[in-house]
Amino acid sequence: MPSTTMEIRAISGHAGSVPGAGMSREYDVCKLIDVTTCIGCKACEVACLEWNGYSFTETTFNNSYQTMPETAWNYWNLIKFNEHEHPDHGLMLLMRKDQCMHCEEPGCLEACPADGAIVQYMNGIVDFQEENCIGCGYCMSGCPFNIPKFSAEARKVFKCTLCVDRVSQGLEPACIKSCPTGCLHFGSKDDMKDLAERRAKQLREQSGFSKAGVYDPKGVGGTHVMYVLHDTSQPEIYGGLPADPRIPWAVKLWKNPLKWIGNFGIIAGALGIFAHYLRFGPKLVKEDEQTKQGGKQ
Amino acid sequence: MSSEPYFLPNGRVLRYSFHERLIHWMAGISYVYLLLTGLAFWSPWLFWIAVILGGGTVSANLHRWIGLVFVLSTFLMYRLWGAQMKGTPADKGWWDAIGHYIRNEDEKVPSADRFNPGQKLLFWGFFISGLVLLVTGLVLWFPEYISWSAGWVRPLCGILHSIAALVTIALFMIHAYMGTAMERGAFGSVIRGDVSRAWMQTHHRTWYDQLVKNASARK
Repeated sequence: MPSTTMEIRAISGHAGSVPGAGMSREYDVCKLIDVTTCIGCKACEVACLEWNGYSFTETTFNNSYQTMPETAWNYWNLIKFNEHEHPDHGLMLLMRKDQCMHCEEPGCLEACPADGAIVQYMNGIVDFQEENCIGCGYCMSGCPFNIPKFSAEARKVFKCTLCVDRVSQGLEPACIKSCPTGCLHFGSKDDMKDLAERRAKQLREQSGFSKAGVYDPKGVGGTHVMYVLHDTSQPEIYGGLPADPRIPWAVKLWKNPLKWIGNFGIIAGALGIFAHYLRFGPKLVKEDEQTKQGGKQ
Repeated sequence: MSSEPYFLPNGRVLRYSFHERLIHWMAGISYVYLLLTGLAFWSPWLFWIAVILGGGTVSANLHRWIGLVFVLSTFLMYRLWGAQMKGTPADKGWWDAIGHYIRNEDEKVPSADRFNPGQKLLFWGFFISGLVLLVTGLVLWFPEYISWSAGWVRPLCGILHSIAALVTIALFMIHAYMGTAMERGAFGSVIRGDVSRAWMQTHHRTWYDQLVKNASARK
């Protein structure tokens, strides 16, 4: 990971300008998945397990090449296989590598109540810190992509880290390294956008996919994992990729206005009660009626 | 309801039986735990409560189980008091005089049965909120069993859980204030069970007169 702090500002005894000075450099990292060149070999699935130290677990077979119905707490990277009838290209087998999208505005982080359980790095990676996770599962409510998965054994939630441990050492994520077709790319967000747009243009102009484009949904502020799709007008055909992912309105309402209305109400209520006591004091019991009943207090 | 006699020595009257007091505090103690841990997950500024109470994981897990204890005690209360909490036509007069009640002008407030309409509101408020908290809480407890096609259910339950909890907080604050500071003798009634005759005549005269009538009929 290139570090802004280590960019050279001045050099002693150096003729001319500092090399690279005045250049703008984007430090956001991004994964680019070109689904049009994926062959469904699942090398990325294996590499993800290998690097993160998980092993294969039992899966369900549903008459598909897909390894399991959806990603699991210990299976962060899953190619989704879907058959699609294209008007011009006939039957297509769509293959989309599904994993955490590393949203610029992460719903999981928004919903999480545990201090330090989810962090977002300057480079855009959204990472779970399992030692701080309290296992409440609220992140699962906040995510529009169905990514965080609860482990019943660990009682914590897990997901793709974008190989933060590799990226921080200047390496590409494990899935990228394993890809044999070059359908997976990794670099700065600007570079990946540029590459993605060029590939989409090629698909539109040379391959007859008139609706080809880049998937970088604005509803979550853009993502640090982007797709090149044959057809951006209907991303749902790629194993349920949402067309307009957003943080659920209930999570937003809950975390923003409701929280402040509730806090205001509680504090105002406490002050109101105190004021009531100052003004009216306790309810008094008329003791004189005692004598009539012949009792004693 | 209880075999304990209502009229006690020294002019004291039994307001709540041992059984009633036990269930009240089963609800009360579990509620306070749920309130504290719930507030910790409500606001990051209050997360320290969870840290003090054994850490976030312990608090999140116990919140669920203690929640079941609270719901159970709410149902026990329903069995105990449900019939007496039913609204009556006389309640409207009491609500019309709520201003007098708030200003402690109790002589202008219609006499109340065993539970006054305000207490009935408290009871039903807690009972209905308790049901909402139970249902939404179970969804939040087992998010992994809610299928992705019904994904909207989870955030909806999150916000409904908070709203129902806020309703109980409002009720609880009023209840705790009235039970301790505002209505002298009320706290003793739910600890030791007894109140003075004057207290009964001031706050629950209809019920008191009924008790006196029943006692004299038995003689």
